[in-house]
Amino acid sequence: MGSHKNEYDVQKSKIFTPAFYVFSVIVLISVFIIIYRYVMGIGYVSNLNDGWPWGIWIAYDVAVGTSIACGGYVLAITIYVMNNFKYHPMIRSAVLASMFGYCLAGLSVMVDIGRPWNSYNFFVPSQWQFNSALFEVALCIMAYSLVLIIEFLPAVYERTSTLTKYPRIAAFSKMGYKYIDKLLFLFLSVGVLLPTMHQSSLGTLMVATGFRLDDLWQTNFLPLLFLTNAVLMGFSVIVFETMLTTSLFKRSFEKEIISLSRIIPYVAVAFILIRFVSLTTSGAWGSVFTSGTLSVVFWLEIILLLIPSFIIYATQFGKSQRGLFVSAMTLMLGAGLYRFSVYLIGFEPGPGWGNYFPSINEFMITVGLISIEIVGYMVIVKLLQVLPNVSKSH
Amino acid sequence: MVEKSLLTPNLSRRDFVKALGTITTALGLPLTVADKAAEAASNVDNRPPVIWLHFQECTGCSEAILKTTHPSPAELILELINLCYQETLMADFGHSAERLLEESIKKYAGKYILIVEGSIPLKDNGVYCKIGGKTAIDILKHTAASAAAVINLGICATSGGIASAGSNPTGAVGAPELLPEGIPYISLPGCPPNPYNLLGVVMFLLNFNKLPEVDSKKRPLFAYGTLIHEYCERRANFDAGRFAKEFGDEGHRNGFCLYQLGCKGPITHANCSSIKFNEGIVWPIGNGNPCIGCTEGDVLFKESLFSHAMVIQPRLNSNVPPATPEDLGKSPTAFQGAVVGTVLGAVVGGGAVLASKLSKEPEDENK
Repeated sequence: MGSHKNEYDVQKSKIFTPAFYVFSVIVLISVFIIIYRYVMGIGYVSNLNDGWPWGIWIAYDVAVGTSIACGGYVLAITIYVMNNFKYHPMIRSAVLASMFGYCLAGLSVMVDIGRPWNSYNFFVPSQWQFNSALFEVALCIMAYSLVLIIEFLPAVYERTSTLTKYPRIAAFSKMGYKYIDKLLFLFLSVGVLLPTMHQSSLGTLMVATGFRLDDLWQTNFLPLLFLTNAVLMGFSVIVFETMLTTSLFKRSFEKEIISLSRIIPYVAVAFILIRFVSLTTSGAWGSVFTSGTLSVVFWLEIILLLIPSFIIYATQFGKSQRGLFVSAMTLMLGAGLYRFSVYLIGFEPGPGWGNYFPSINEFMITVGLISIEIVGYMVIVKLLQVLPNVSKSH
Repeated sequence: MVEKSLLTPNLSRRDFVKALGTITTALGLPLTVADKAAEAASNVDNRPPVIWLHFQECTGCSEAILKTTHPSPAELILELINLCYQETLMADFGHSAERLLEESIKKYAGKYILIVEGSIPLKDNGVYCKIGGKTAIDILKHTAASAAAVINLGICATSGGIASAGSNPTGAVGAPELLPEGIPYISLPGCPPNPYNLLGVVMFLLNFNKLPEVDSKKRPLFAYGTLIHEYCERRANFDAGRFAKEFGDEGHRNGFCLYQLGCKGPITHANCSSIKFNEGIVWPIGNGNPCIGCTEGDVLFKESLFSHAMVIQPRLNSNVPPATPEDLGKSPTAFQGAVVGTVLGAVVGGGAVLASKLSKEPEDENK
């Protein structure tokens, strides 16, 4: 990867900005709540119960969060599988965001499980249950988090190998950089395989809930839908992230993003088509106008995907910075809403369990985890060579 | 004690006291009660008179009693109680039997225990169940009016049972709905109820002259105070997530938990899992058949046999999230809504502000 060295650049701006302090305070609050949750028990901070065994932590941090973290996955496919190396400068920032997304999904699962002291069993192969979709998700998320950290290590080593004050660290970093550079193709291929496996398994999980998931979402196509949704989300997130850093860090525009965004309408339409086929096979067309709020959510999901897809596909506005940003954000809302519906909105645990709405503490933990990601991303791109080197590369 | 029945000729006092000691222990009563019981039971004059009425039912509850061995039914009805009227067992029939009933009611007014088996049809003035020309309603009201206590035996007598299932064509109800005010009663639901629970109640009455402690549905706590689920022999499989998925599958053959086949153990209060049936040898769940919830009037004949029961468990401690329906269904407070709304608004607003700063002119990708 040495040849790619000047593809990336350190973002040269202040680390301790007002935004840094605001998000850090939110992180501190949520860390306090997480400690409280471990001392007092999950019942003290959440509105979860036996009927609603998962809530916003799983629906947002795991289901939606890992799909937002699919930027690295789709970019790796585009670059290494489809052989489009012109997008290569974007990979590090995408991998960084993915790394945060997956590690925090893992963390939120540790907050969510009722008996965390049993979680060490996960590392005991004799305790593994290979028929469980949840096991596959857990294994893949953990393995992929590790792979993402390794994929990101070159950026860290580049920095630490220049530490002349600490010659040992520098020497170790140089050696590590050399080995990882040689083995990276292996991790990249595993990194493409793992999300393909577990993103579909996230859908399989909800197939297992049977009739408790509303007709509008329950289908055997859920694994395929979740995979397509992850790809759609991945591309949207790359566009969104790029436009966000362009705007916030006042960087010059990366014009590759326009050609990359061209694929989004096709993925979105493919997703919607599969969705319609699944409605046909499960005979749920009768419910699309008759399920009250659920019908509204169903159509909202589709509209939030169709309109931005049309903007990108057919209009000049879709080629502007503002158009790309707004479209990408709308697409993320639509794709995220779909996952949210499958995990929470369309889920009905049975009579007597009432409704679920996250408690303040629950919600603050989720907001805190997102804040960790934002703060971490903001700081790391200012310390390491992560963002594309726009001035040099073309 | 089974070898030497209480009716064995030349039964020694020792054997008799031994037998009562065993019964007392089986009921979980202090051993001193055995002496009192021996005294009470050996005194023939003290045998409590019992009138046993049958209405709309299958006589399964009586059949279950007839299969007991300690004490055997013969010991029970000849030695321990004075059974005045029981259509299945009595030698008299026709007018003679009905005369016996009237005589007993008069002779033992305010002293006899009334055991009711079967539901009572209310529709069309109760014409669907008549004995000796009188409707079940009249017989029950008349007999219960001068009873010392009433024992409703079986799910039919406690809440209508199978006769009240579905459209309830005869308007069948349980005896508690018709009993006169002020008559103490106890309910022993089940299909059939475990005979030892009836014997336990009778022995309790015999010794303490009062009914045992009951729950809100008038069921004795010693028998109905726990869930089947709590002492189920398959409970470990439930906790470990090992379930039979369909009848005859691998999990079923391996004795896994029957919850997913519709077992109502988690919502059914009874001691079947502790004392079992057929002299403590077998019981439905042990045989691989899911519990049908026969002690719960709103479960058996009211819910599907194969529906999943809602698992209710007492809270272990405050660290465990609420699991009982009373704690549920909280709608979001205004504060919760405000916090969530503020954060979502900030995200959308921030996005809009950022978008407004970005150029809306199309970029040239080939530049």
